[in-house]
Amino acid sequence: MEGECHYLEGNFRAKSRVGRAKKLLQELGLEPDRVEMYNLSSSDGPKFAEIATEMTERIKALGPNPIKKREKEE
Amino acid sequence: MIIAERKPFKEIQEMLADYDKILLVGCGTCVTVCYAGGKKETAVLASQLRIARKLQGKKIETVEAIIERQCEWEFVEELKEKAEECQAILSLGCGAGVNTLAERFKDIPVLPALNTRFIGIPQEQGIWEEKCVACGNCILHLTGGICPVARCSKGLVNGPCEGSREGKCEVDPSLDCVWQIIYDRLKALGRLSDLEKIIPLRDWSKSAEGGFRKFSREDMTL
Repeated sequence: MEGECHYLEGNFRAKSRVGRAKKLLQELGLEPDRVEMYNLSSSDGPKFAEIATEMTERIKALGPNPIKKREKEE
Repeated sequence: MIIAERKPFKEIQEMLADYDKILLVGCGTCVTVCYAGGKKETAVLASQLRIARKLQGKKIETVEAIIERQCEWEFVEELKEKAEECQAILSLGCGAGVNTLAERFKDIPVLPALNTRFIGIPQEQGIWEEKCVACGNCILHLTGGICPVARCSKGLVNGPCEGSREGKCEVDPSLDCVWQIIYDRLKALGRLSDLEKIIPLRDWSKSAEGGFRKFSREDMTL
């Protein structure tokens, strides 16, 4: 959970770096939603499954990486 | 150190529109420390450029090099072989670095990836503040080592204006009044008398306003 990291402030640092990664993607023309960070405990299996499902649905909706599509066309 | 920040990605992309093979040159000094043009930033920008070009259905070849200082001939010389095989050089150095590369490699376009902001320091991790405007006429011995030329909104050098209120600047109340800071520092040092030494009209001809600056030292020239 946010703020409850074993490495204390590590999760906050990760959060801002993921934000940076999203911005880098957006700048070059890819959807920032392709990257996401979730906070959960290592013992929280059901939550992990829920997140994996959510992310899978999101990625499917966004479709394959357009670069791969272009590479195939070539 | 010199503080710089990366230009907007689109601006860089537009600069490079005519080139398919470029040399990205990072600098190992100031811009490495302010996370604008070091090894990591150079690699990230190269990667972004390649992906963006692929998204346009085109390609760009990127060659990367990091040199110790882009502002010295000896270090710039190391780039010779790599530069000659590229159509353009994208410098992640400060303005001095870009100029040095352009002067050394006259046949290759040299383009800036950064905006050079100011001479300053990392006040905190991720926060940079200007400390010196290179006015060419230092008065820090009278101001407790704190520069009012760089930090006073009105550029006053003989004490605060009437707008200093409770330690804040009237031009921008989010700023601390630098003259309050100077006063507090000198008081703590027992040097308040320094404030009574009037700083005469300043010679701005040595500052950026005075035009192109250059100086030499006979004992150092060869």
